[in-house]
Amino acid sequence: MAARVLLNSVQRLIVGKAFVTRNFSSETRTVTLIPGDGIGPEISESVKTIFAAAQAPIAWEPVDVTPVKGPDGLFAIPQKAIDSVHKNKIGLKGPLATPIGKGHRSLNLALRKEFNLYANVRPCKSIEGYKTPYDDVDIVTIRENTEGEYSGIEHVIVQGVVQSIKLITKEASIRVAEFAFDYAKSNQRSTVTAVHKANIMRMSDGLFLRCCRHVAEKNTDIKFNEIYLDTVCLNMVQDPTQFDVLVMPNLYGDILSDLCAGLIGGLGVTPSGNIGADGAAIFESVHGTAPDIAGEDKANPTALLLSAIMMLRHMGFGDYACRIEKACFDTIREGNVLTGDLGGKSTCSEFTNEICRKVEAT
Amino acid sequence: MSFSRNLGKLLSWQVNNEFSRYTYSYSSNFTHEAYGGRHTVTLLPGDGVGPELIGHVKEVIRFSGAPIDFETINLDADHGDEDYLSHAMLAIKRNGVALKAPIETKQGSKSKNVELRTKLDLFANIIHIKSIPGIATRHHDIDIHIIRENTEGEYSNLEHESVPGVVENLKIITAEKSTRIAKFAFDYAVKHNRRKVTAIHKANIMKLGDGLFLECCTNMSKLYPAIEFEGMIVDNCSMQMVSKPQQFDVMVMPNLYGNIIGNLGAGLIGGPGIVSGMNLGDQFAIFETGTRNSGRSIQGKNIANPAAMLLASSQMLDHLGLKDHGKLIRESVKKVISEEKIHTPDLGGQATTLQVVQAIVKDIKEKTQQCLCLYILGYRSN
Repeated sequence: MAARVLLNSVQRLIVGKAFVTRNFSSETRTVTLIPGDGIGPEISESVKTIFAAAQAPIAWEPVDVTPVKGPDGLFAIPQKAIDSVHKNKIGLKGPLATPIGKGHRSLNLALRKEFNLYANVRPCKSIEGYKTPYDDVDIVTIRENTEGEYSGIEHVIVQGVVQSIKLITKEASIRVAEFAFDYAKSNQRSTVTAVHKANIMRMSDGLFLRCCRHVAEKNTDIKFNEIYLDTVCLNMVQDPTQFDVLVMPNLYGDILSDLCAGLIGGLGVTPSGNIGADGAAIFESVHGTAPDIAGEDKANPTALLLSAIMMLRHMGFGDYACRIEKACFDTIREGNVLTGDLGGKSTCSEFTNEICRKVEAT
Repeated sequence: MSFSRNLGKLLSWQVNNEFSRYTYSYSSNFTHEAYGGRHTVTLLPGDGVGPELIGHVKEVIRFSGAPIDFETINLDADHGDEDYLSHAMLAIKRNGVALKAPIETKQGSKSKNVELRTKLDLFANIIHIKSIPGIATRHHDIDIHIIRENTEGEYSNLEHESVPGVVENLKIITAEKSTRIAKFAFDYAVKHNRRKVTAIHKANIMKLGDGLFLECCTNMSKLYPAIEFEGMIVDNCSMQMVSKPQQFDVMVMPNLYGNIIGNLGAGLIGGPGIVSGMNLGDQFAIFETGTRNSGRSIQGKNIANPAAMLLASSQMLDHLGLKDHGKLIRESVKKVISEEKIHTPDLGGQATTLQVVQAIVKDIKEKTQQCLCLYILGYRSN
């Protein structure tokens, strides 16, 4: 008992406040798994296999989020899926295909609203063994996920004139800024940079910036600076090593996070996490469903695996995360068993088995 | 398909030949009178490194022998109230053409740069991103023309605080301006023999706003069947720009995306020091650096790269019909950057601004002396 208390406090020092969970033991945690469409089920199986090989204390609860017609005639996520995530608080999601047709809201949007996922975190780190024109990239983009330009509030004023409203609120800006600083502290990052265009959008980005400054004053151990969006883009493609953690409103985050993903090799190797209020979090792969290779054992599970590793860290299972991550990166660096998109000729199963082999060896 | 392209070429050739004084404008209403054979150009030195760079441009233009007089207007962060702005606008309207460095925006005040552009209705901003030999970059063979709608979109300056702590910013997209910029982009593609126009948008999220922009571009593309047209979502575009920028040809987009993609493109070929941009309207034109950075951090240190401003001035000379002088300056700049490799720190070199300018002036002098000799000997130079 005393040992557990001691372990708690030591872990708290190392891992930090934001990522210490309630069940601080090795008991199994249940996680909602949304396999998704296309290559989703295959890569979810890969992740489950690798986690089993690592003996990670995760139990999976797969759910299907295919929209069903509700009593009001509108399509919505099945209640079972919603209840599962509410219960487990943590989810892992594969790629979802957006059904075409009227009456279907974007599923990602629905999940985001349901669980109030206010921050999207995308750590982009260069992968050894997967060469891109950019080396030593190690950037984390934290994007406000609920408002900004994506509020969806648009009107046709008169025929041929449309206004789209970008909404910035103090509450959401402070919330995401606090998350950014907490993340920086928990992950030993030194600088948080707020990205804005307050010279043009004086009130809206001005408010966002003031909120970031306010939170920075309370977190003096982390360096804080501000930079214009266009300057970030200019400097990012010349020297990405100068950036650390970036925090920004919705649209800029969308563009910059995809830009950073492009620097390290694309969406196929980029993890992503959506953090919600009350400790809820859904980690996902952000690439497409690749229907052309679905079912052919050609998919690359790296993105989903790295997202699952992020999930382990979030839950406080840092050592499992490190082992699996090392096995994954070692496999890619050695370059013997790579999937097609990484430049190899192996199948998804071979890639998975190689990682399992390495994990079991540690 | 080739008939339409040839027809397009024929029409633009006609425009060019009949109105040869008015080249480089898409509209045949554009006129620039040269009084006594000399043009007057408004200069706006702005802030940051602007004043030093504009000073060098004046010197280089003088050495090139271009018949240009300057009218310098001091509109900057310290002299920026309504009177100064109207004075500047009057000068630009009078002369028709201006060369400008960015004016810094003080906290809480409106951007003078945006006001100049919207009030003078300079609706198209064009940046040409082309790989320059002699500069080490990660990507090669890039040749992209970025055409950005310059007067509406996110830069409409319409914001209000509905309740304390909740701010709304209005992004306005109109069919009229979207169609105008789309037409400009396609005409530009035809005139410059480009094969593809890509419209950048986020219409999957901003269905009405960017949806309208995309619709206008799509409708315009039907009038130009010889030019390939595609739409691309802005986040995918940024990813493609850093992995395969060679796929892009002419890109057209609303205001903010133009800012982002323009800066991205400039970074890909070597930075803000070598990219020039122009803002064109029906009646007036302002030439400036492509990425509009004021360079406050390097002000007064003699390390700013003068190439961007000099290339902008060469585009301005082309615009005024002084194509020989424009070409002279442009080729000297390119020779110094690509062959002699005299680079300022932003390009990885050690040279000062002055050294680069002196090398350019030296090259211009050599060439103009050659022309003079040939002329004296009875030959016409080309």
